[in-house]
Amino acid sequence: MTPKVVLVTGVSRFLGGHLAARFAANPDIERVLGVDTEPPPRDLLRRMGRAEFVRADIRNPLISKVISTANVDTVVHASVTASPAGPTGRTVMKEMNVIGTMQLLAACQKSPKVQKLVVKSTSAVYGSSSRDPAVFTEDMGPKDLPSSGYAKDAVEVEGYVRGFGRRRPDVNVTTLRFTNFIGPRIDTVLTRYFALPVVPTVLGYDARVQLLHSEDALAVLERATLHDLPGVFNVGGDGVLLLSQAIRRAGRLNLPVPSAAVPTVGGFFRSARLVDFSPDQMRFLNWGRVVDTTLLRKEFGFTPRWTTQQAFDDYVSGRGLKPFIDPETIASAERGILDAAARFR
Amino acid sequence: MAGARVIPLHDPERDAARRSRHVEVVPEPAQQQSETPDWERRLADLLSFARRRIAGDYQIDEFGFDRDLTENVLMPPLKPLYEKWFRVETIGLSNIPTAGGALIVANHSGTLPLDALMTSYGIAAEHPAQRHMRMLGADLVFRTPLLGALARKSGQTLACNPDAERLLSSGELVGVWPEGFKGIGKPFKDRYKLQRFGRGGFVAAALKTGTPIIPCSIVGAEEIYPMIGDIKALARLFGFPYFPVTPFFPLLGPLGAIPLPSKWYIEFGEPIRTDVFGENAADDPMLVFNLTDQVRETIQQTLYRLLTQRRNVFLG
Repeated sequence: MTPKVVLVTGVSRFLGGHLAARFAANPDIERVLGVDTEPPPRDLLRRMGRAEFVRADIRNPLISKVISTANVDTVVHASVTASPAGPTGRTVMKEMNVIGTMQLLAACQKSPKVQKLVVKSTSAVYGSSSRDPAVFTEDMGPKDLPSSGYAKDAVEVEGYVRGFGRRRPDVNVTTLRFTNFIGPRIDTVLTRYFALPVVPTVLGYDARVQLLHSEDALAVLERATLHDLPGVFNVGGDGVLLLSQAIRRAGRLNLPVPSAAVPTVGGFFRSARLVDFSPDQMRFLNWGRVVDTTLLRKEFGFTPRWTTQQAFDDYVSGRGLKPFIDPETIASAERGILDAAARFR
Repeated sequence: MAGARVIPLHDPERDAARRSRHVEVVPEPAQQQSETPDWERRLADLLSFARRRIAGDYQIDEFGFDRDLTENVLMPPLKPLYEKWFRVETIGLSNIPTAGGALIVANHSGTLPLDALMTSYGIAAEHPAQRHMRMLGADLVFRTPLLGALARKSGQTLACNPDAERLLSSGELVGVWPEGFKGIGKPFKDRYKLQRFGRGGFVAAALKTGTPIIPCSIVGAEEIYPMIGDIKALARLFGFPYFPVTPFFPLLGPLGAIPLPSKWYIEFGEPIRTDVFGENAADDPMLVFNLTDQVRETIQQTLYRLLTQRRNVFLG
């Protein structure tokens, strides 16, 4: 069933905005509504074309009016976010994530026209610890429930979504658990982290990192909206990078910080407005997280175009990250040493 | 901005360049062996390894196994320990299949898990297929900084059923020491007495994936650090499962950490098939218990047999 009227939340951010733009370019969709608390940046707004922007707070019951008067039949909830707006934004972020979702779901439940709900969730719901299996499948849960931050928000959001699914069994609900996004255009905590000239890591830990190219993320969200694919799906690129390996591929310098000094260093980077890591993201940097994407391939019918490594390399070249040591220098040094050695033969 | 791009994966030009450089760096052994001295080839290998490491140009699997690092850095130091110090003799290596999933179940001893290291080195070095054994380790290993990261890079993963089944069904050779800390940290007087085999989780994993179980008996590891005492208070303080006292440790300090040069035998027994029990065999607790006992008995009997054949702990 191709949707007629689509409502996308979080359009002032990368994913929501570009998703609205894709829907606007699809002639089968009659109307595209983009909702956010602040208007999208101008270039994003231009991309969105015929999509209509509604400046509304999804925490406000007003959203219910938007959904019912516009006859929205498909809701894409892409506004659950990990990046707080500034150092004091954590509380606001939580409000937006959890209370916003509650209001949005309440509005969807009220409107009989809503037929489909697509929720952008995160693989952070699995937590991250040393006691976890190496690869998470959709039926696993976290060993310890995340006590704060984005991961907790996401767990609560998924809980409300499940509740909504029970109360409105006629609605197709697709929950997508994304791994971390990467790509030349998207701005996330990780893209800012790897762009630091010296990348701090926690001494003695090397996380396994699975990434998803932002274009693949958009394609998955689009597919979930255009087709009826209810269920919970892990979404991530093939393959894994170790954190140390990723830093090397980006040509950055790795600075291992002893765990005791991590809060201080983290505080410094936060106050310098470079990177803001929440405690659950710090745990992710220790242990990492890998998800199984068999369901995505077999049932959802999508294979990511970029592997984790390719996506990361695309990010590195797209951002023009200058490696600390030029790979050509290393290669020529290698040749030089071998030539010198040959002369001693 | 020249040279700012780091390793595009699918750039044919670069791939070709790398391939040609690869040929340049690693000479064809057949043609050039006579002219290229051995040290020079080793230097070339070392340099290309260093270049790969600096550029991050290597693959790891979803468990974090870094084959490049394991083969070039982690395995070589075990060679003298395996060949010269413990003079390990492996028996029945042909019982390990050359391909496909299989579960090696072994007895655990020796205060420090050197038996696991030696078994995995033995298979990697002496088995015709040079397979890497993927071991299932305790939670404590992965919680410990440095050690945990190193364990993952060398192919180990957490001992839990999802991981074991995933490895087995993807055709890996998996090693498990079901006695765990009860086995490795048992007093010297209990040597070669098998402890309880966990809850049989490893048997359930093998049954679910239909992979054979290969019992493995290790003789010699019990004598490397004869544990005559256990300081419980210190163990609690450090969060260890035990704090060993051997005749030389902690008396001689770091010197006490040198293992005694016992002579080792590692015997791999006949594979026990698990694909003959039908579909839902893993859900039959009685079958799981019986198989667990069968594996345990096989290992215990082999241990006794090897011990009666051994004349001297150090000379074999």
